[in-house]
Amino acid sequence: MQWINVILQGVLVGGLYAMFAAGLSLIFGVMRLVNIAHGDLIVLAAYIALVVTQTLGIGPLAALIVVVPVMALIGYALQWFVLNRTLGDDLLPPLLVTFGLSVIIQNGLLTLFTADSVKLQAGAIEVATIRLGEGIYVGVLPLLQFCVAVGVIAGLQWIFYRTALGRAFRATADDPAIAQLMGLDNRHVFALAMALSLAVVAIAGVFLAVRANFDPSQGPARLIFGFEAVIIGGLGSLWGTLAGGLILGVAQAIGAHLNPGWQTLAGHVAFLIVLAVRPQGLFPKVRA
Amino acid sequence: MPEGPLLAVRGLDACYGDFQALFVVSMEIARGEAVAVIGANGAGKSTLLKSIAGLMRSRRDAIAFDDEPIGGMPAYAVAARGIALVPEGRGLFPSLTVEENLLIGGQLGRPGPWTLRRIYELFPVLEERRALPSTVLSGGQQQMAALGRALIANPKLLLCDEISLGLAPIVVRDIYARLPTILAEGVAIVLIEQDVVQALKAAQRVYCLQEGRVALAGAAKDLTHEAIAAAYFGV
Repeated sequence: MQWINVILQGVLVGGLYAMFAAGLSLIFGVMRLVNIAHGDLIVLAAYIALVVTQTLGIGPLAALIVVVPVMALIGYALQWFVLNRTLGDDLLPPLLVTFGLSVIIQNGLLTLFTADSVKLQAGAIEVATIRLGEGIYVGVLPLLQFCVAVGVIAGLQWIFYRTALGRAFRATADDPAIAQLMGLDNRHVFALAMALSLAVVAIAGVFLAVRANFDPSQGPARLIFGFEAVIIGGLGSLWGTLAGGLILGVAQAIGAHLNPGWQTLAGHVAFLIVLAVRPQGLFPKVRA
Repeated sequence: MPEGPLLAVRGLDACYGDFQALFVVSMEIARGEAVAVIGANGAGKSTLLKSIAGLMRSRRDAIAFDDEPIGGMPAYAVAARGIALVPEGRGLFPSLTVEENLLIGGQLGRPGPWTLRRIYELFPVLEERRALPSTVLSGGQQQMAALGRALIANPKLLLCDEISLGLAPIVVRDIYARLPTILAEGVAIVLIEQDVVQALKAAQRVYCLQEGRVALAGAAKDLTHEAIAAAYFGV
């Protein structure tokens, strides 16, 4: 019974990791850009949510209505004015620029908000639980977070494979030069992809901030979790990313249950095992 | 309606780094006409089409379309004005299905005679295979899809880079047999062709490129074999 609870908690947290990973995977898939600042952008979203909840006096979930569009706008502008200039045949310039961005965001947040850890208060929902069976309980908030994660992945899947925007993403990823011949401005397509990525980051950031304390230094660890989920799931597959997040979450939950100090370690071990046994990930996208 | 030719190339130079591929090339395309550009490998034919389509840098006034300079304009803006390129090697998007490849060709929403329905009427085999990835099509079908993807944009000028490349002669004839239907809708076509006989049959006028320069230009029916051979090989 205890183990069922442990695994259930792992699965629910895994949804959050899948959201960390989805935005990362999307950007790499569309423009071969490895966004080192991804984790810091998640923390930035959390702080924006903090400011929004405090100034407007609304709850964290309601704040999503503001935070998601704000992050999407930041994403569009970031891509248009900065990252588009770094794209080319070489993978290194975008890596270096996003690394610099990571440093800037961390220190900017440190200056504005100090190193004190803060948390978003969601009220009664934080402690509400549902009893699923004899001795099995799930928190309403983690369950909601998991459902939102599945919804986000399903939504991204729909956008990618059922809409004109997704078609443009896939075509530009296939061949940017030919995509231009179709009248697609690559810079605009890339900026829309980054906007979408940061919209997902906004959702992930808010749930992260409701779940636990956060401070400006937490970004890089979220980036690692995101990376691990992407690699476990297999690059280029959105449902694989969800599976990767769940596996990472369950591994961490099992590790933490065995020994409180093993939580992160167990996640890394699961990641390394997948990398060693199946380096292409569990559900790689087969490309022609 | 503008008075001048549909497309006017005047003194176009093009370079890949230090290598100059085109030297002061000039050509004119009238509305609705079919023009062939022939020449040996490396003569600069593809470079000429890429320059017109905006994939290569060029001087602003070197290319005029509808009496407006478009030289050096980015490819997506050129496409929006009504120039579509069927690229060398077809360039279909492997991640997209056949139908998605066609739909993305029409994503600018330029009005005109070509719709998904009309493309499927022109190439019925594409409708049968609409839901398949573009990579599983045969070479000829891929070429039809590439042609359909360009047509559905309802261009005023269609640039075709070596439609017959790597295709069986019977398939080439099959595709060329569709050209009159396409021309009947009023689009002008520039054909790049290695197969000179095929090019002379399909086009009203011919330009022959040799080492980046126009070596010969004239009406297809007026050109003698000797003149073409001389311009083609430079002997």
